[in-house]
Amino acid sequence: MSTRETAFTIHEPQSPRDTEAIKRKSLCFGVSVARGSAIVLALATLTSSVALAQGQIGTPAAPNLGTPASEAEIAAWDISILPDGTGLPPGSGTPEQGGKIFATKCALCHGPEAKGGTAAALIGGRPLTDGIDTPKTIANFWPYATTLFDFTRRAMPWQAPRTLTNEEVYALTAYLLSLNKIIGPSDVMNAQTLPNVRMPNRDGFIPRFPERMP
Amino acid sequence: MPGHRSTRELQNLEVAAANGLLHRRAFLTSGAAFAAAVTGYTLADTVGAQELTDAPWSRKQGTLVQGYGAPSSYEKHVARTLSNPKGEPRTQHGRTPHHLLHGTITPNALHFVISHSGDPDIDPAQHKLAIHGLVRRPLVFTLDTLARYPMVSRMAFVECGGNSAPLFSNEPLQASIQAIHGLISCSEWTGVMLSTLLEETGIDPKAKWVVAEGADSLALSRSVPIAKALDDAMVALYQNGERIMPGNGYPMRLLLPGWEGNMNVKYLRRLKLVDQPAMTYYEARTYTAILPGGKAYQFYFVQEVKSFITHPSPGLRLSGPGFYEISGIAYSGNGRIAKVMVSADGGRTWAQAALQEPVLPKAFTRFRVPWRWDGGPVVLQSRAWDEGGNAQPTRAELVARRGQTPKPVTNPLAFPGTHYNGPSSWAVDKAGEVRNVYA
Ligand code: HEC
Repeated sequence: MSTRETAFTIHEPQSPRDTEAIKRKSLCFGVSVARGSAIVLALATLTSSVALAQGQIGTPAAPNLGTPASEAEIAAWDISILPDGTGLPPGSGTPEQGGKIFATKCALCHGPEAKGGTAAALIGGRPLTDGIDTPKTIANFWPYATTLFDFTRRAMPWQAPRTLTNEEVYALTAYLLSLNKIIGPSDVMNAQTLPNVRMPNRDGFIPRFPERMP
Repeated sequence: MPGHRSTRELQNLEVAAANGLLHRRAFLTSGAAFAAAVTGYTLADTVGAQELTDAPWSRKQGTLVQGYGAPSSYEKHVARTLSNPKGEPRTQHGRTPHHLLHGTITPNALHFVISHSGDPDIDPAQHKLAIHGLVRRPLVFTLDTLARYPMVSRMAFVECGGNSAPLFSNEPLQASIQAIHGLISCSEWTGVMLSTLLEETGIDPKAKWVVAEGADSLALSRSVPIAKALDDAMVALYQNGERIMPGNGYPMRLLLPGWEGNMNVKYLRRLKLVDQPAMTYYEARTYTAILPGGKAYQFYFVQEVKSFITHPSPGLRLSGPGFYEISGIAYSGNGRIAKVMVSADGGRTWAQAALQEPVLPKAFTRFRVPWRWDGGPVVLQSRAWDEGGNAQPTRAELVARRGQTPKPVTNPLAFPGTHYNGPSSWAVDKAGEVRNVYA
């Protein structure tokens, strides 16, 4: 029944008289809330002196209510890969291994040999000088190979994200880079080799407002 | 009668620019009767003059009050347009019908939505936000704990980087204003300033960026400069007074006032402080803008000063010559709107629009100009300036810098580029039909 809709306790008033009783009873923070009931309390009745008297909050600027967590605890969620390779997991894969996985898990939408289907082709690409609406591809646009690992691992296959093993993601990354002739057909991708892959359009970018770049 | 003006008085109002634009003071001083007389844009059907009768609904008991209200049954056409209603494996867009709305706040159920993999159905009791990386101590917050933090409320627009992009087409696409400008909306957002939370985690001086990530199936992720995170970024929990709609990030989203919509990460679950941008898919590839020479703008960040006329606009038509109120929306990701000018002759002569107070930074400002349409063809256009002195460029200026498509755009839902902030020109023909043109 209870959910954490607001920090204030809310009860269903049975009668006008109850409302008064509830007002007195409810002068406390951080208690779970009964769902679906009307907010009847004038929050103005909660003066800060009352709140502080409860001993439940510190100074307004530093409530300090976050739960400390170690990086190890957060690791399960931390799937960010940085362009310098920070965050890349152990494991490795080859284009050949990746081709087999692609045929079973990706071709459904991206077409056989990544030539395009209901979702974008992952091979080829026209020169960007063809027009401002030129389709952006791995070969003609993506500045970093780490993005390919990061995006495939977090988001693909589209209907079943985060089901691939790290080995599979390395293999798929190797396959797509090799298909686009950015790496050789027998190059192995791992945490050391992937960040060193130089994408063709690496230097193709300008920040719009350089003064806002850190 | 105070506030009432006769037709003769209206015709004598000061003319401010060609093709019937009147001085904005005509509105400020005229009052309700005048205003009511001039907002007569119609959709398809016009109801003719009718006798004054005691209508059936006035002579019977009305309907039951609902727990959560819905608009009148006569307002069913006021809805978002959907680009992918069956949820095929691709992005869904829901566009705001600006031609059917007024004021400066977008109703929550009409706020634009871009969903790259559908809206997750998040149990708020189980949702968590982790802040980690280059911090003194990583912290995890629940909705419960965030609800006890000091909150702030502010008005802010959220605009997709691809909003208005059909205007990059080399020929004007014929589509409604909803297709052209429907990927922007404005709300009052309430939540906890991100700086408050970062004060508690502490920041390692090596931290330059914050990588934000959502709890959606794609774990959508964007890198935000730490300066923005400490300036006016908010972990937003409420939208126009109620919990954020699922399409807009329930139960919490990152709000970066004035910055590219996609960076305002929905379903926010993780913030990692790092020393370099993550070059995520959406920042390295999708929300970038190819320039004529083949290079591309990346990290555009700011939604620059822009305005467009909503009344009239493609999707509405004028029911005959006479008085109308021209009205539209202006905004800037750099601050407040300082001035809006309106033209009825394709940009040759201009009248200054009245700005609805309060004029707030990084939020919608409604502008209005009284207009007497003589029934001839006109081209309506607006241009805005912000308090930083930034001007909305002409289309020619923008295209000189940013290019346009080599071939006409035929699908109004496609993005031929991002960050179009040139003007919109609406041609009104003798029949009162409104079309998108370049002027
Ligand atoms: C159910 C359909 C589907 C399947 C299966 C699928 N994808 Fe995708 N993929 C998509 C969609 C849709 C997008 C666009 C996502 C977006 O832009 O938000 C996409 C985007 C991509 C992109 C970015 C393409 C670009 O240039 O923008 C890559 C890379 C990718 N997928 C790789 C894969 C890999 C590898 C697999 C197999 C493990 C896979 N996909 C399986 C639907 C699918």
